[in-house]
Amino acid sequence: MNNILAIAHKELKGYFASPVAYIVIGFSAILFGWFFINLLYYFDRTQMQAGSGFQGPQTVNVNEIMISPLFLNVSVILLFTLPLITMRTYAEEKRSGTIELLLTSPLTDLQIVIGKFLGGMVLYISMLAVTLVHMAFLFAYGNPEWRPIATGYLGLLLMGGCFLSLGLFVSSLTRNQIIAGMVTFAVFLMFWVINWIATFMGPTSQAVLNYLSITEHLNDFARGVIDTKHLVYYCSFIAFSLFLTVRAVDSERWRG
Amino acid sequence: MIEVQHLTKRYGPTTAVDDVSFRVERGEVLGFLGPNGAGKTTTMRVLTGYMPPTEGKAIVAGYDVLTQPIEAKRRTGYLPETPPLYPEMTVRDYLSFVARIKGVPRSERRLRVTTVMERTRIADMANRHCAKLSKGYRQRVGLAQAIMHNPDVLILDEPTAGLDPKQINETRQLIKDLGGDHTVILSTHILPEVSQTCHRVVIINKGRVVAVDTPENLTARLRGSETMFVQVDAPGADVAGALQAVPGVTQVAASETRGTITSFEINSETGRDVRRDLAGTIVRQGWGLLELRPLRMSLEEIFLHLTTEETAHE
Repeated sequence: MNNILAIAHKELKGYFASPVAYIVIGFSAILFGWFFINLLYYFDRTQMQAGSGFQGPQTVNVNEIMISPLFLNVSVILLFTLPLITMRTYAEEKRSGTIELLLTSPLTDLQIVIGKFLGGMVLYISMLAVTLVHMAFLFAYGNPEWRPIATGYLGLLLMGGCFLSLGLFVSSLTRNQIIAGMVTFAVFLMFWVINWIATFMGPTSQAVLNYLSITEHLNDFARGVIDTKHLVYYCSFIAFSLFLTVRAVDSERWRG
Repeated sequence: MIEVQHLTKRYGPTTAVDDVSFRVERGEVLGFLGPNGAGKTTTMRVLTGYMPPTEGKAIVAGYDVLTQPIEAKRRTGYLPETPPLYPEMTVRDYLSFVARIKGVPRSERRLRVTTVMERTRIADMANRHCAKLSKGYRQRVGLAQAIMHNPDVLILDEPTAGLDPKQINETRQLIKDLGGDHTVILSTHILPEVSQTCHRVVIINKGRVVAVDTPENLTARLRGSETMFVQVDAPGADVAGALQAVPGVTQVAASETRGTITSFEINSETGRDVRRDLAGTIVRQGWGLLELRPLRMSLEEIFLHLTTEETAHE
């Protein structure tokens, strides 16, 4: 455990010693703010229309109209920022030769992988933590329900975990950061749009494609539902990606 | 302390290390000598557990590097060819991180980092970022990293590469000092380094061990037949014939003639000192004996000799 934390700590320090952490956190905060304002105006207008009694329901739910879509918007930010977090993890260590230090230290491959994953997660959590400020405004001036917000964040954490573990795997395959980042982005995007084609498919493939889509599983979390189906999807996605990473590192050893 | 048995490492079709076996005793400094691409780095990487061998096995500090890697790594310090530094970390932070992953207990870490920095003379750079270090300091931080957990075995891949002469001397002295309580393997393609720092030498070429011995024995072994250098001033005489007649001389070769002065390289039977007879013969003829000295092959020549001989077999 100490070994895992040592690696995680080192990774985190690496992020904050370079511009990566600040760029990732800063630009996500700006984008999130933009989405937030946009949805806030939308919510405001919907509420006025509802109040004027022409159409729609008499009361508008801030969770439903505003917060739930906001969480789905965040996944767009993740698509672009998380490859930046993971692209260097292994690629850079391989390029600079520091991987030799890690692989000749009394650590297991799994400890290194989990340590790197945790380091990325902590950075990601601090990125999400900034958005709590916006939520605080909603609580200050409105009356949202906190439970759907909590599940929404849980969903985002799990989805981010998927992206990070996948990015870690891609990074472990190359010594070039740019390639790692680009491939990670492409694979993320694929998992994102994989079910777009679903509407043209038969019922079986439709179900399969929808299940594979990484964003499809976020919908329920954003609405305040914790379904074990989605938990299983996200957790097994993370576990499998980390497993692949361990295998990739090990196989590189044998190939030399 | 280190035992390598029939170690072979192949990368696809190429064989980097081919059936290498040797032993290193506790406290010994072993030099690993060979040209670039001889398989030095690969052998070291197998010993440190960075990569597994294709065949054979390596036992470090009593643990098989393949089946008990964690135990073996706990007792091994390794300086790779390029010191594995994280550019964004300060030297102190970096060494603390190394101490942590090498398993130095939390309570001893700070003291250990300070001690190691003093020992490798990098204390003045403690708060400098690794990215901003000069080549010499990078190398020394790499060495500090390797001895951090006070390992039984130290494996140093070209520890003096890229250093200036003063730093080279300091590093060699440090390695010698370490030799007392650590077992050291160091690789190099600089020959004087071996005779200065190592107790024994393994000469490796094209993945094969060519010779294992002490630097002195290697020199002696190659002098199997003794060679003398003689310079004689003898106008128009048959010096070669006269020298050939000296008992014990097996071969006379004129190497250079300048006016009346001729230089010869004379081979004689092993263990037989022909210097007195050679001098006597020359003086009796009334020639001028300008120079007479045994030719000692430097380690450099041995090395060339060994590797070229190996090539000739193939």
